[in-house]
Amino acid sequence: MPEYAKFTEDMIKTHTILVPDMLPIHFKMLCRIFEAEGYKMELLQNDSRAVVDEGLKNVHNDACYPALLVIGQFMDALNSGKYDVNKTALLITQTGGGCRASNYIHLLRKAVDKNYPQVPVVSLNFSGLEKDSAFRITPAMFVKLLHAVLYGDLLMTCYNKCRAYEVNKGESKKMLDKWQNRMGNIFRKKEKKYLKTKKIYRDILNDFASIELSSEKKIKVGIVGEIYVKYSPLANNHLEDFLISEGCEPVVPSLLEFVMYCAAGTFNDADIYDNHNKMSLAYKMGYKLLYAKQKELIKVMKEQGGFEPLHDFEHLRKLADKYINQGVVMGEGWLIPAEMAALAKSGVENIICTQPFGCLPNHIVAKGMSRAIKQDNPNANIVAIDYDPGATRVNQENRIKLMLANARL
Amino acid sequence: MANNYSLGIDVGSTTVKTVITDENGNILYSKYQRHLSKVKETVTEQLKLIQADYPDEEFKVCITGSAGLGLANSAGIAFVQEVHAAFLAVKQKQPDADAVIELGGEDAKIIFLTGGVEQRMNGSCAGGTGAFIDQMATLLGITADELDELSLHAQKVYPIASRCGVFAKSDIQPLLNQGARREDISASIFQAVVDQTVSGLAQGRSIEGKVLFLGGPLFFLKGLRKAFVKTLGLDDEHAVFPEEAPVFVAYGCSIYAASSADPYRINELINKIVTAKASDNIVTGEPLFSSQAEYDEFISRHKRFDLGYADMRTYKGDAYLGIDAGSTTTKLVLITDDGRILYHHYSSNQGQPLDKIADQVKRIYAEMNPEITIRGSAVTGYGEDLIKSGLSVDHGIVETVAHFKAAAYFCPDVDFIIDIGGQDIKCFKIKNKSIDSIMLNEACSSGCGSFIQTFAMALGYDIAEFSRLGLFAEHPVDLGSRCTVFMNSSVKQAQKDGATVEDISAGLSSSIIKNAIYKVIRAKSPDELGKNIVVQGGTFLNDAVLRSFEKEMGRNVIRPAISGLMGAFGCALYAKERAAGEKSSLITAEELETFDYTSRSVNCNGCTAHCQLNIINFGKGRRFISGNRCEKGGGAAVKNKIPNLYEYKYDSLLNVVKTHQPRKYRGTVGLPLALSFYEQLPFWHMLFTTLGFRTVISDESSRQMYYLGQHTIPSDTVCYPAKLSHGHIENLLDKGVDFIFYPCMSYNIDEGESDNHFNCPVVAYYPELLLANNPRLNNNNFIHPYMDLNIRKNVINVMSKALAKYNIKGRIPDAVDKAYEAMDRYLTDISNKAKEIIEQARAEKRNIIVLAGRPYHIDKEINHGIHKLITSLGMAVVTEDSVASLAKTPKLGVLNQWTYHSRLYRAANYVTTQPDMQLVQLVSFGCGIDAVTGDEVRNILESKGKLYTQLKIDEINNLGAARIRLRSLVAAMEQK
Repeated sequence: MPEYAKFTEDMIKTHTILVPDMLPIHFKMLCRIFEAEGYKMELLQNDSRAVVDEGLKNVHNDACYPALLVIGQFMDALNSGKYDVNKTALLITQTGGGCRASNYIHLLRKAVDKNYPQVPVVSLNFSGLEKDSAFRITPAMFVKLLHAVLYGDLLMTCYNKCRAYEVNKGESKKMLDKWQNRMGNIFRKKEKKYLKTKKIYRDILNDFASIELSSEKKIKVGIVGEIYVKYSPLANNHLEDFLISEGCEPVVPSLLEFVMYCAAGTFNDADIYDNHNKMSLAYKMGYKLLYAKQKELIKVMKEQGGFEPLHDFEHLRKLADKYINQGVVMGEGWLIPAEMAALAKSGVENIICTQPFGCLPNHIVAKGMSRAIKQDNPNANIVAIDYDPGATRVNQENRIKLMLANARL
Repeated sequence: MANNYSLGIDVGSTTVKTVITDENGNILYSKYQRHLSKVKETVTEQLKLIQADYPDEEFKVCITGSAGLGLANSAGIAFVQEVHAAFLAVKQKQPDADAVIELGGEDAKIIFLTGGVEQRMNGSCAGGTGAFIDQMATLLGITADELDELSLHAQKVYPIASRCGVFAKSDIQPLLNQGARREDISASIFQAVVDQTVSGLAQGRSIEGKVLFLGGPLFFLKGLRKAFVKTLGLDDEHAVFPEEAPVFVAYGCSIYAASSADPYRINELINKIVTAKASDNIVTGEPLFSSQAEYDEFISRHKRFDLGYADMRTYKGDAYLGIDAGSTTTKLVLITDDGRILYHHYSSNQGQPLDKIADQVKRIYAEMNPEITIRGSAVTGYGEDLIKSGLSVDHGIVETVAHFKAAAYFCPDVDFIIDIGGQDIKCFKIKNKSIDSIMLNEACSSGCGSFIQTFAMALGYDIAEFSRLGLFAEHPVDLGSRCTVFMNSSVKQAQKDGATVEDISAGLSSSIIKNAIYKVIRAKSPDELGKNIVVQGGTFLNDAVLRSFEKEMGRNVIRPAISGLMGAFGCALYAKERAAGEKSSLITAEELETFDYTSRSVNCNGCTAHCQLNIINFGKGRRFISGNRCEKGGGAAVKNKIPNLYEYKYDSLLNVVKTHQPRKYRGTVGLPLALSFYEQLPFWHMLFTTLGFRTVISDESSRQMYYLGQHTIPSDTVCYPAKLSHGHIENLLDKGVDFIFYPCMSYNIDEGESDNHFNCPVVAYYPELLLANNPRLNNNNFIHPYMDLNIRKNVINVMSKALAKYNIKGRIPDAVDKAYEAMDRYLTDISNKAKEIIEQARAEKRNIIVLAGRPYHIDKEINHGIHKLITSLGMAVVTEDSVASLAKTPKLGVLNQWTYHSRLYRAANYVTTQPDMQLVQLVSFGCGIDAVTGDEVRNILESKGKLYTQLKIDEINNLGAARIRLRSLVAAMEQK
């Protein structure tokens, strides 16, 4: 293996770390959290054809679309001249599961190594991978990140609802910007104000609830799928915007569900394979903590009453058991069928399942489970949309339109 | 408004349809017209026709169709999704229909009406539509109507891959080149469309009851109708082909308009359409030439690389004939002793390469000076074997060698050759005067010359004119670079967005180049290709393509003037080098006078593969057999059998279940011969038989087996090995076993040599998918527990639970231990056999190929007999797992976390230490993980001076590309 550039202690001060545009709302807060620790961060926003072209140049034809886009976005940024390549590092997330995604960091390193060997790549993971990097997540940061996920999910849920129905165009966006700034400031400061979750949740909910909404009935469309394509507008051709322009309300399940799915996977595997150890116990405890946090948010949302609360995670697990074993832990695994079922049961019967073309786990958990879910929920109206550098937007939108036509039946 | 009229406009990918209905839904007017991609113009034209009849009428108007969406948006007219429109039409006209199948130009749709309404459309990656049929007709050099007519006289149907147009082509071409009847091929094309619709769209839901067939192709093509009706088993009453079929969707659109759209007068409407603003979101690139001067310099620079010419009517002396029987074109070159050209020819073979070439040879004999002696001849290309035996050509050589010979003639220090022909892209890297690596295009990187041609034709231009237009385009559009199917829709979109023909022409040229550089060669920088690059192939005669290549690479390259004839020229040079006797063995002028042949096809009975053979009889006892995978079918006597571990492994696996079956048993368990069972069968067989069960395995894989389960496949882009398992499940259910056992396993065996030991997601969890999509399966007859074979305790617990109702808990630990032993014995036996094969091969001085894939690649239906192809080239074959344990894992640049894949790295590492071994990697199409392993295995091999050969396999049964690669590998090994 070629020696790649390492992220060293002194780079914390000198280097700007570029962050891919995966979850625009959440990642903005993530940047602030790292800035509080002295890192310099920048969330990439480049979204041109050049991103795809760079991806095509640097990534294998058959590698999946998220890898291609993330790497393309980085390479396009490095090529742009906007950044001093001697003082830039790249951040990529890494899950460490049986899916191809675990290899993205290596594909990125290969691509970077060819053109910018001095640029280090850092891994954002919670599985103890990449121990030789000075980019570290302390327990305190971990707690902050967890809260950022919670706040991000709440903001995303409120924002998606409000902007579909807002009477005064742009009001929801302003509200989102306001709260993103506020949360950014809270996370940057020393005092742990972000721990006052209940109060902040309520403030957010009430603030968004003050936006004037029309009482028009709209078709609700759930979006599930591969984590990157599901959330990133760059990858899904601005799917949420498209749905709003079609007069629908996009309903996007929270990121916390994915985080909890990952956590549950570790101790589930221990149960399934009779392989208990200290780690699996620790994970179980961590999971319980997360679950308590989720329940708290759900409770506040229910009390406030203006917005559809997140899916209770234990409920999701029970729903999953009807369709697939929780041993399916590669990619988004059992979470996708569980989310589809939960959406259908909560009245969001129109569902778009987004996935990179040829996504391996999604053969099983998305396309493979649709039939079973439709059988149980006869009104479920599910369409699988493939995303790929060659797929045209018209083609995708036409299929979504078909799904919407069925929704009106 | 006097009359409540409404107007539906259906803008499809190839046609525009308009329908006017009155308030009772009666059709007053309808029209169907091809739009040749001039969408706005055609719609306006049709509206003007309507205006003539209804000058003052108001219409409620709605647009539908795949190309209508953009138009409706920009013109501000209501839009209805076309499948929904069809649905409305059916409700009105055929309310008792149970299902609707509609084929359009580029879409295929299905609507289920009874038992839960469901509307479906093909995914982005799918062939089997009208455009596909047109493409195939072009390939045969006939019109779609002629294709239809031919199909009605078919005697048999060949299996043709139906998933993707590119795959289908590669199935059809060899059939053509082997002389199969065009009638049969035509019928096979229709059958492929049917299979694609049934498997890709119905996906498990059976198409029953009264079925309505819609869309242009189904209306106009009788053969296609026949194929659908026959496949679905419908009678006349249940297969309905309505008279209004071509305009049915426009009719539904009109119905929709009546209920919801705004009324307009036709002149208002025309105005809206004409003034509709094209969106400005097309991405454009730089022009190919900034000035005339730059163009002139370019032209004069490339003029330098030409050959001398001589007149064959006056020249006296020796001559050499080279023939390149390509997949779609035929090329001939006759050269003098000193390399001057006496005669050259380039034309489409129109599916009849043998006739075409025979005609050309006749012509040469007729026109050449009688004092010319043809002293040698050689042939290359897809039709090599056929032409060689049909016309008694002296030599047959592999294409790569022919192209290299020709390129080296123009540039002795050539580093890199790229050949873009009609259907193929071939690239070779040259190191130390020999071919070092070969890259060929695959299904998803298939943009080649014929694509430009098809497109030029669709737009009503001839190819030369079309490419000239691109030279000075100001804003070439960026069309992406994935596959031709996708490029097609990119072009459509660019057109809708207002790109000019010039911009599209230039954009297409650059797409083909980007596809070649980034997808086929996978170069990151021009330096990887070396200094001296020779470009060739018919496509490079197109100056726009050549210029795009130079621009993309940022350097000048050599294009010989005979760019399209390089394969034939290389053959002629080869024939000259090898000329020994006085005269070539080439068929004489007299023999040509009476030259004739007949062809027939039969199934070989040499072994269980039952290859479909094509036998061409040239008279006088000379015949040519194709379609065979081994020497047996070719009619040759089998002499010394060359050792082949693939066969041994396969046979021993199947033999496993013949032993140890209990005489009295407590139940019968079915084990599918699929995916992980290709390695773990001995384990499960021993476990169950020890517990007193009888084990039954599914029958051997075949195309029929695939069809058996095809209707339960939910994702048509999954790999073929996974798709086959659906058939195995059906097969086991038909055998009446008590239950099928198929465990889920996130983890495979930890062989201690990798970072982790996962299965790929498909192998790990496929049982879940099978259960969810096969209605015959349930939790009682399909047991699919999760377990980790590395943890004995876990296996015991899980199996105790799974077999709880048999009350045999106490016997399970012992059975599990026996199972582990059986597994060990099997694996040890395989690796011992590998050692034996290697020794034997070395004693016989044979090269050894490690044919590296996955355990399930020993399935004959998956590997298509590639291992036999290798032994037929005189080399011995062993498997990746049998040699993996002989080496350590080298340093890798990727996460090494899958058991099966980790073996590839070790096997590759081992090969680098063995002078007489090479590795050939088998990759199943759609295997995303091999996108990671392929590059890594290549690195391991090439860093130690070994060759890397990758063979992509799918359901396609065409070994043409594999043969080229393997023969090139042999040629390269001989030179090393």
